Amino acid sequence: MKELRLMKGNEAFAEAAIRAGADGYFGYPITPQSEVMEYLMAEKPHERTGMIVLQAESEVAAINMVYGGAATGKRVMTSSSSPGISLKQEGISYLCGAELPCLIMNAVRGGPGLGTIQPSQSDYFQSTKGGGHGDYRLLVLAPASVQEMADFARLGFDLAFKYRNPVLVLSDGAIGQMMEKVYLDPQRPRFTDEEIKQNTPWATTGKTPDRERNIITSLALESAKMEQHNIALQAKYRQMEEEEVRYEKIGCDDAEYAFVAYGTSSRICQKAIQLAREQGIKVGLMRPITLFPFPKKIIAQMTSRVKGILVVEMSAGQMVEDVRLAVEGRVKVEHFGRFGGIIPSPVEVVEALKKQIIGG
Amino acid sequence: MAEAIVNTELIQPENLVYKRTELLTPNALSYCPGCGHGTAHRIIMEVIEEMGIQSETIGIAPVGCSVLAYDFMNIDMQQAAHGRAPALATAAKRLNPKKYVFTYQGDGDLAAIGTAETIHACNRGENIVIIFINNGIYGMTGGQMAPTTLPGMKSSTSPYGRDVAMMGNPLKITELVAQLPGTLYVTRQAVHTPVAVRKAKKAVRKAFENTKLNKGLSFIEIVSNCNSGWKMTPRKANDWMVENMFPFYPLGDIKVNE
Amino acid sequence: MAKMKGQIVVDIERCKGCEVCIPACPEEVIAMSKQVNRKGYFFAQPVNDACTGCTNCAVVCPDGAITVYRKKMTE
Repeated sequence: MKELRLMKGNEAFAEAAIRAGADGYFGYPITPQSEVMEYLMAEKPHERTGMIVLQAESEVAAINMVYGGAATGKRVMTSSSSPGISLKQEGISYLCGAELPCLIMNAVRGGPGLGTIQPSQSDYFQSTKGGGHGDYRLLVLAPASVQEMADFARLGFDLAFKYRNPVLVLSDGAIGQMMEKVYLDPQRPRFTDEEIKQNTPWATTGKTPDRERNIITSLALESAKMEQHNIALQAKYRQMEEEEVRYEKIGCDDAEYAFVAYGTSSRICQKAIQLAREQGIKVGLMRPITLFPFPKKIIAQMTSRVKGILVVEMSAGQMVEDVRLAVEGRVKVEHFGRFGGIIPSPVEVVEALKKQIIGG
Repeated sequence: MAEAIVNTELIQPENLVYKRTELLTPNALSYCPGCGHGTAHRIIMEVIEEMGIQSETIGIAPVGCSVLAYDFMNIDMQQAAHGRAPALATAAKRLNPKKYVFTYQGDGDLAAIGTAETIHACNRGENIVIIFINNGIYGMTGGQMAPTTLPGMKSSTSPYGRDVAMMGNPLKITELVAQLPGTLYVTRQAVHTPVAVRKAKKAVRKAFENTKLNKGLSFIEIVSNCNSGWKMTPRKANDWMVENMFPFYPLGDIKVNE
Repeated sequence: MAKMKGQIVVDIERCKGCEVCIPACPEEVIAMSKQVNRKGYFFAQPVNDACTGCTNCAVVCPDGAITVYRKKMTE
């Protein structure tokens, strides 16, 4: 029985995590997502489910707490915003190398550097191409509503454990702060010790006589071993590409042009579609929900119908490169975006479509 | 002339008084000859064996010479990013409060890159054991200066001796953490003589037992040699350690269950 | 008068020739071999029968290469 509430994105994410049976949250304050930890502290989930909430001394410490907790088979999570996510990159590389499941949320803000506190989408490269070192991938979910913030907390945990890999929920300052209706799933239990032994037999729970010791590490000094390890990781990412692509198409059936946009930009594009169609322009929206795995096949298929694609991102153009790769030059692809935390207006987006895709 | 003298009559199972604990894996240790790491590993595993807590213990290995500690300690272990072991231990313990959780770290790991994680785990009073092997040098990476390198001590990045004016004084992190209310037991030990080893082992035992009191963190510094980094034979390194390291890092209990 | 008689057995392949056991022994039982083990280390050896099985050498050995036996001898 779902519960209907009016909530802020960050808080919905936090509440949904409690209900998803999270064991621990480790975080550090940073605008625009401090509400996640504030909500968790105020809710006292330790009394509801036994969930631990701890404010760490830094984002670095927090991601390493996630590593230590995940290594014992628990559902653990952290959240931060762009500069803090940069701090976490070492930990993320280690988590991927050690194949540990966990949930990370990034409420992207303007950058680079200390940047601004307003929303942005300039962490796409960092999220999908690795911001940390080595050949790894994060499974990246991009919510575009408060509902999806809630849904992706649970989905994120489940995918993390399915693949033994961190999952990143790539939100932004607007989605984190906006308030919308959200249907919350009922509480599901946290893992029992028995379930941990069953589902995550690799976890460091204490070496019993019936098994060898479990070691959680990303180190393999012999190259041959390291290569095998990387081959296995790549197989995992290929499986994600086969099975986990998620996207939404709006108004694409008769579209001659398409927007490709995620998160807040996709919301703007939905309004832009209305405005454009009032002017007789048949445009649709292809909204990637997973940024990795990227819906490249879907976008490639669209090129047989549309004459041009405008990628709308609040950045200097990052996802546009993946769209261009998928399109392989078959149709025109251009980028439109604003920086510094400015959210483009639907009118601007339509103008950009006319100027950059239809006109020129 | 060294020819082994062996009285085979004495070599009977009923006469056995000491052998290498089976909680160390059969693997040959990768540490240099004479390095205190081996002895420190052994006393920790002996304590775990004697307390019967192999299945209840989670160890966290650092980056440094002992990054491969999990090849030698027959318990579930996590390998931590450099300096972060206390953060891993914090979560592992809070999420699994009935387990014994310890970190095993060197001087770079604990007192350079990991200073924040060290101080804050101590400050929060996590119910864990931190074991800190201080040999005043970065062994694994080839003998560079450490935060605990002595004034005037040569290393590959202080080839003319540690210049206090430029690099600051050695960091006495153990005395620092002893000031925090979150630390319950803080002690400095060594493993270069049988007397020292037996004392150090008692300290390790006390630290592990302390975690059940839920009264805070137990911190054991083990001042050790690094004959490779110091460029001496193991015996000379131990002598040098006694003459130079001990006056700066005096052995003994700094705080006992306050 | 009862006396303790000890015997150490050194795992010569585990011994790395660090010699830290030598000053640890109160009875000067240990000396280094003239041969090397498979890794090229000289290894520790008991060279007389003065051992009392005190375990000092084993306790200080970084590699745990020494096993100690001890028996109470009655005259």
